[in-house]
Amino acid sequence: MDVTLMLWIDAALTLMILSFLYRDNPFYKFAEHLFVGVSAAYLMAVGFWDHLVPNLLGKLFPALMSGVVPGAVGRSPDYYYIIPAVFGLLLLTRLVDRWAWLSRWALAFIVGGAAGFNLPRFLDSDFIIQVQSTMIPLVVLDASGNLIWGASFSHIVLVLGVICGLVYFFFSVEHKGVLGHVSRAGIWVLMVTFGAAFGYTVMARISLLTGRMEALGAWLGSIF
Amino acid sequence: MRIPDSILQIDRRIIFLLIGAAVCIPLLLKPRFQDSPTPIVQSIFDTVERLPAGSRVFLSFDYGPDTAPELDPMAKALVRHTMTRDLEVSFFTLFPEGVGQIKKITDNLLPVEFPDKAYGRDYVNLGYKAGLGGAINTMVVNFRTLVNADAEGTPLDDLPITADVDEMVDYVIILSLTAGDPGLKEWIQFAGDIAGIPVMGGGTAVVAPELYPYYPQQLVGLMGGLKGASEYESALVDRYPAYRNATMEATMRMGPQVVTHVLIVLLVLLGNLAYFLGRAGRGNRAGRKGLAGRTGRGGQS
Repeated sequence: MDVTLMLWIDAALTLMILSFLYRDNPFYKFAEHLFVGVSAAYLMAVGFWDHLVPNLLGKLFPALMSGVVPGAVGRSPDYYYIIPAVFGLLLLTRLVDRWAWLSRWALAFIVGGAAGFNLPRFLDSDFIIQVQSTMIPLVVLDASGNLIWGASFSHIVLVLGVICGLVYFFFSVEHKGVLGHVSRAGIWVLMVTFGAAFGYTVMARISLLTGRMEALGAWLGSIF
Repeated sequence: MRIPDSILQIDRRIIFLLIGAAVCIPLLLKPRFQDSPTPIVQSIFDTVERLPAGSRVFLSFDYGPDTAPELDPMAKALVRHTMTRDLEVSFFTLFPEGVGQIKKITDNLLPVEFPDKAYGRDYVNLGYKAGLGGAINTMVVNFRTLVNADAEGTPLDDLPITADVDEMVDYVIILSLTAGDPGLKEWIQFAGDIAGIPVMGGGTAVVAPELYPYYPQQLVGLMGGLKGASEYESALVDRYPAYRNATMEATMRMGPQVVTHVLIVLLVLLGNLAYFLGRAGRGNRAGRKGLAGRTGRGGQS
C-alpha cells in the first residue's frame, strides 16, 4: 500500500481515538468498532491458517495440504488427530442448547490437560526456585573478606521484605504484638510494590502516547 | 470557589492537554538525556558481547504493534548488537502479530544497516508458532517437530544457518521481547529452567515488575520498558561509537518520559497539597461555626 495513504489512515484513526479524551463521539465509536472487527477477523484468519491447517488438516490430509503445509509432502496421514478433531467439534455443540452438555467433555479435557501440563512448571519455576532465590546470605563479603555494603543491604531488604509480605498473608494467627508490627511492615512492602508497578505503568502509557505523537508528526511532516 | 477546591475540581481535559504538551514539546526540541546501563541491563549486553562470532542466538518477538513503541527500540538495539558481533540470529514469535514486527527488522533495518548480511546464512525468520507455552515445550523436547521450515516454507535443512539445528539447546541464548503472555516468563519456565539455556530479554513496563523476581537466578538480564531500552542503547553506543550517529529511538523518547514524569509528580504533589489545605480550611470553618454556636454569637443575630 502507498506509504502516504497509510500515513493518512494511521493519523485519521489516531485522531479519532484521541477525540474520546474530549468526549464520546461517533468518530471514536467508528474507530473502536473498526479495531474490534479487524482484530477479530485477523485472529480468525490466523486461527485457521496457523492453527487448524498445519496442526490438524495437515496431519489428517497431508497430500491435500502439501501445497500450504511445509513438510507435509510424502507424509502418511496421522489418524490419531481424529481425536482432537472430535473434541474440537464437541466444543461447537455449545451453539445448540440441546447438545451443549457435550462441550463439557472437551472443556474438561482442556482444563485437565492445561492444569497437568502447567502445574509442574509453575511449581518448579515459580515456587521452588523462587524460594531458593530468597535463601541468600545477609552479609556479603568479597574475595578478601571485606564487607560489600550495597549487596548486603540489598539482600537484607529482599529477605525482610519477603518475610514481612508473607506474614501479612498469614491469617491463622491474629496480627497483634510483634506479628502485628511485622504484618504492618508487610503492608508497606506491598504498597512500595504497587507504587513501583504504577510508576512502570505510567512509563508504558507515556511510551505509547509518544509513539502515537511521532506517527502524527510523520503525517504532518508528509503534508508540510 | 476557593483555590484548593478549584484545583481539586480541575477539568480532566486540562490535564490531558498538559500531558500532550509534555510529550510533544520534548519531541520537537529533542533534548538528549544521557543514560547509563544498570547491572540488570548491562548483564544482557555483556552476555551478548562475550559470545564468539557464529554463535546461534534465538530472538523471539513476543509482541504486536500495540506495544511496538516500547519494544521496537529494544529489538533494533539487540539486532544491531548481535549483527555487529557476527552472531547467527533466528527470529521467531509466539504472537500472531509478531510476524509483522519481525518483517520490519528483516525488510527495513537489516538490508539498510547490514547489507553484507544474508538471509539464510546470517539470519532466518522462523515465523509464528501457535501453542503458547506448549509450543516452547515442544521445541525443547523435539525442535523439528514444531519448526521444520522457515516462515516462507523453506525446509530448515536447505538453509545454512539452521541445517545443523536439531534441538533447542543448539542455541546458546534465548532472547525474548515480551508484551505479556506468552513471553519471557514462559521461556524461563519451559526452556530456561528445563533445558538450561540462558534466557534474557526485555518487557513492556507493564510486565517488567512481574519479571524482576526471576533475576538473576532464572533470568540473565531484563530491559524494563523504554528506560531499559535506552540503557541498552547507551551501552551499545559506549562500546561501538559508530552508532553515535544512528537514530536511537529509546534515547530520543526518554525526553517526553522525563518531562511527563516530572509533570505527573508535580500534579500529584499539587493535588495532595490542595486536598490537605482544603481539609484544613474546612476544619477551621467548622471549628469557628461550632465555637460561634456554643458562645451564642453568629447566626442571625
